Amino acid sequence: MKIAYSWLQEYLDIQVSPKDLGEKIERSSVEVDSVTRPSDGLKKIVVGKIMSMEPHPDSDHLQVCQVDVGDDDLSQIVCGAPNVATDKKVIVALPGSRIGGNVKIKRSKMRGVVSNGMICALDEIGFSKDVVPKEWADGIYFLPDDAKIGEPVFPYLGMDDYLIDVDVTPNRGDMLSVYGVARDLGAIYAQTPKLNHPHVEEVGTAASDKVSIEADEDLAPIYKMRIVENVKIQPSPRWLQIKLWNAGVRPINNVVDVTNYILLKYGQPLHAFDYNKVSGSTIKARYAQKGEKLTTLDEAEHDLNEKDIVIADDQKPIALAGVMGGLNSEIDDQTTTVAIESAVFTPTLIRKTAQRQNLHTDASQRFERGVNRGGVEEAADAAAQMMHELAGGDVLKGIVTGSSYDVKPVVVNITLSRINHILGTDLSLDQVKAIFKQLGFGVTLDGEKYTVTVPTSRWDIHIPADLVEEVARIYGYDKIPSTLPSGPTTVGALTERQKLMRDSRHVLESLGLNQAISYALTTDAKAKQFMMRESAETHLSWPMTADHTTLRMNMISGLLDDVAYNNARRVKDVALYEQGRVFYKDSEDEVRPSEHEHIAGAVSGQLVVDPLKNAKHNAIDFYQLKGIVEKYLNNLAIKGDIEFIATDKYPEMHPGRTADIFIHGHYVGFIGQVHPSVAEAYKINQTYVFELDLDALIEMPKDMNQFEPISKYPSITRDVALLVDKSVTNAQVLAQIHKRGGAYLKSVHLFDIYDGKNLPGGKQSLAYTLTYQNPNATLTDDEVNQAFEKVQKTLVSELGAEIR
Amino acid sequence: MTLRDDLEKIRQEREKNIKDVGDLKKLDALRVELLGKKGPITQALRGMRNLSADERPKFGQFANSVRDELQSAIETRRDELKKALLNKQLQNETIDVTLPGKPVAQGQPHVIQQIIDQIEDLFIGMGYQVLSGPEVEEDKYNFEMMNLPKDHPARDMQDTFYITKDILMRTQTSPMQARTLEKHDFSKGPLKMISPGVVYRRDTDDPTHSHQFHQVEGIVIDKHVTMADLKGTLELIAHELFGDRFDIRLRPSYFPFTEPSVEADITCFNCGGKGCAVCKYTGWIEVLGAGMVHPNVLEMAGVDSEVYGGFAFGVGPDRFAMLKYGVDDIRNFYLNDVRFLTQFSKKG
Repeated sequence: MKIAYSWLQEYLDIQVSPKDLGEKIERSSVEVDSVTRPSDGLKKIVVGKIMSMEPHPDSDHLQVCQVDVGDDDLSQIVCGAPNVATDKKVIVALPGSRIGGNVKIKRSKMRGVVSNGMICALDEIGFSKDVVPKEWADGIYFLPDDAKIGEPVFPYLGMDDYLIDVDVTPNRGDMLSVYGVARDLGAIYAQTPKLNHPHVEEVGTAASDKVSIEADEDLAPIYKMRIVENVKIQPSPRWLQIKLWNAGVRPINNVVDVTNYILLKYGQPLHAFDYNKVSGSTIKARYAQKGEKLTTLDEAEHDLNEKDIVIADDQKPIALAGVMGGLNSEIDDQTTTVAIESAVFTPTLIRKTAQRQNLHTDASQRFERGVNRGGVEEAADAAAQMMHELAGGDVLKGIVTGSSYDVKPVVVNITLSRINHILGTDLSLDQVKAIFKQLGFGVTLDGEKYTVTVPTSRWDIHIPADLVEEVARIYGYDKIPSTLPSGPTTVGALTERQKLMRDSRHVLESLGLNQAISYALTTDAKAKQFMMRESAETHLSWPMTADHTTLRMNMISGLLDDVAYNNARRVKDVALYEQGRVFYKDSEDEVRPSEHEHIAGAVSGQLVVDPLKNAKHNAIDFYQLKGIVEKYLNNLAIKGDIEFIATDKYPEMHPGRTADIFIHGHYVGFIGQVHPSVAEAYKINQTYVFELDLDALIEMPKDMNQFEPISKYPSITRDVALLVDKSVTNAQVLAQIHKRGGAYLKSVHLFDIYDGKNLPGGKQSLAYTLTYQNPNATLTDDEVNQAFEKVQKTLVSELGAEIR
Repeated sequence: MTLRDDLEKIRQEREKNIKDVGDLKKLDALRVELLGKKGPITQALRGMRNLSADERPKFGQFANSVRDELQSAIETRRDELKKALLNKQLQNETIDVTLPGKPVAQGQPHVIQQIIDQIEDLFIGMGYQVLSGPEVEEDKYNFEMMNLPKDHPARDMQDTFYITKDILMRTQTSPMQARTLEKHDFSKGPLKMISPGVVYRRDTDDPTHSHQFHQVEGIVIDKHVTMADLKGTLELIAHELFGDRFDIRLRPSYFPFTEPSVEADITCFNCGGKGCAVCKYTGWIEVLGAGMVHPNVLEMAGVDSEVYGGFAFGVGPDRFAMLKYGVDDIRNFYLNDVRFLTQFSKKG
């Protein structure tokens, strides 16, 4: 809400600049989005008087005007506005001026005729079209006759005022009014704002003779009306129009403007009905009925929901209660009798209606946050009296009440020590008492206990904590000291699980993978790719976009999206890992998925980018990624052997280049090449991936015996080269070697693979180095030879190997 | 010519010869020629037997001295030649030290992870536990126990991805307040924890909005924890993440789960507080929300709000990263452009 600095000055003695006032509000009450002047950025826009005009020789609508702008000579200005007329005072943008939209006006020629500037409409000097009164919407604006020629126009339009745009939190609905802001500033600056209260001049007839009201108290806890007869509809006086347009409200006519003015001033939304358009004399606040429709003042037709609240006459809805009036009861030029509604509607119902009908108005915004229940009648009175003054109306006697509510001030007790205990301050009894008084709260003191009576204008305050906040903000957060929590010592440390997760990240980073964070919400199709187990899907009930509808059940698909993003930007070398959660459901019936930490990687192109190497030959392959996974798993020190077993069970993986990973016989994940057709679908280059169940890795028993004495006895090595069928795997060979390796076989390393020329078809040559060592004695050649012999024999007999 | 004259001649001539030898091989040949078994010195020593008894030692001494002289001359020459050879070799081995170093693989933690780790480490040092909660949360913990009953207008502040009426993607890490409060045994000491994690909002992704982002929740509950403690703690976060020259200011705000509620602003990075377009000419940038835990939140979790109280705060690592590094589009954090990710590799 935009609050005009000058309006606040009517009630308060403000000694600070608008900017400082804005800062003070921000530090003490609510956020301030901006402090601006409508004239900011405009210059050389002055009052001019059209002395004469004649039609442009080459145009059927342009007029060549001679305008007095305060110089010795008249200025010739060409003007195309339909309402241009002599003797009128108008807005003139002089040559060299700057008008709305940062447009510069220069001396120019219009169809051959010199024009020394421009005569402006309101929207041309920065007014939003939404606030320009209808009568000025299609032409230039006429300034008051007493405007001084040659002077800047801004003061005549309220454009030199400062507007403080407050962004009000849901609890501070009271700040959505000038009175509310004035009260809070009164508290901040220890002043009593000079707020005036209306005195209504009524005529003899009772309003209750004209109208009766039936209001459901659950919908409208308070519903009141005043009737004003014999109004004469016309534009509002300029001061009122200025107040409205500076608050972003379009002036309409003197009756409607009064209701909006009261809303801005008191925060109480009002609605004015044309009494003569209401059928019958009973007005109801009720739920809408099935099939009912209402065209609101913005000319939009609404199909009403049975949970919408409407105001209705004896035939039809005439307003969407608390949101917007109906077109069928609109105030127009012929209106003579006005029914002013001042009410309180149930916040949640208004909120729902506004959401449902997608109609958020100044009124609904306030009803949603609540309004001052103690100020409903005052607002009606003030409006009626203004209609009397501005529209010559006769205010009928009394207020008609449909529902009422005994509004009592809230009483809250709190002690000084409690306040200081929570704030960490050392405030005195008097300091706190003064703050409560500044806020306009009633306060009595018994020992150190305050009994605080909160006026209805601060309906957000109910409990002691609310009072603590009031004290804190009025005292000033800047003055609160800075300390750290004292009290008993507590242990701060990562748990084993957290350490392992951190270590996992560090290990993979040290091995060259960059941490990615991808979206956990993805498409249905991607969510269920690369699945490590069966799971039902978890869908959002109301997704925002088709790209993010389903919770992921794998990490790889997100990483492939990342690879695709990079590949599309010609970044070919991508090495990523991600640690995060996947979401499984054991069945469709399960509502809430279980969450599992996974860790996954995707590498495309070169892991180690070396421009001196052939990118294709240096590209990632199965074994390079396997090396990373092995290193990672070894670092985790999980007890048991790590096995890679070929698999073709993942439809998204290359069937011949994928392995399941087992540790100590437990499945923990997989590794391999993304299936070429899946890669094509993702629009990515050849990519290798792995995914591991991190939860499982964390829970597996660890082998923390890191140290083994280094043997002081020498080791002996033997090399063996085997010619075997291509179907024989490294794992099979190793298994046989280990089986018959003997007590002193310490390690076996593959050092050569050859399946090229000079070998019989279907054969490959594998060469291994076997290392023997006795930790307690020097091995003899004989011992080694015997052991080695056994191994060779086994390889021949078990695998049909030919020893080369 | 006496033997002595012969040797003297050899000494003079050969010493000169040695100095002229150009390579090690020739030097070695010369050494054999002069000092070998068939060499003149050996020969001369052999011929000593023809000398008289008193001449013999003198001559022997002389012959040995000639041999030693020659030997040392050869050695000197050998050293010279070796050195020359080595120098030549070194010269041949000269490389272009300006050629690039060989690339090695090194990955980086995600910039948001770096900030989370930094926050975790700071709070671990102050005795906080680090806890993580479910990303798919119950309405009860995400809203109701955070003092946001159904139909609370503040629910509109956080558009929510619902899965069912009661299950949702958590919109904040705050439900971990309720979860830990419910479980904590206050007889064993105060509750001090932070909870980092991913949160979700029903937002359209644009430069300043992401449907997925991060939060770090913090809460301290004990018998006497004050707003001043909160202020000091928030200052510490600002100093840790941005540096000592950054100040914190607190402003009143509203969160249903804290009362009083504050928003914390930090000195603008761009202008250092002077006022610029980044901070909308205020000198301050909003970075986090905090407050004193609302008595309703404590009571709903079964904690006596008359005895216990404390503060809670919520920090946005995404926002911190954007501010700290001037990243202008939050989507960068989730698209994982390698060129983006690898920029944040500087330590310290």
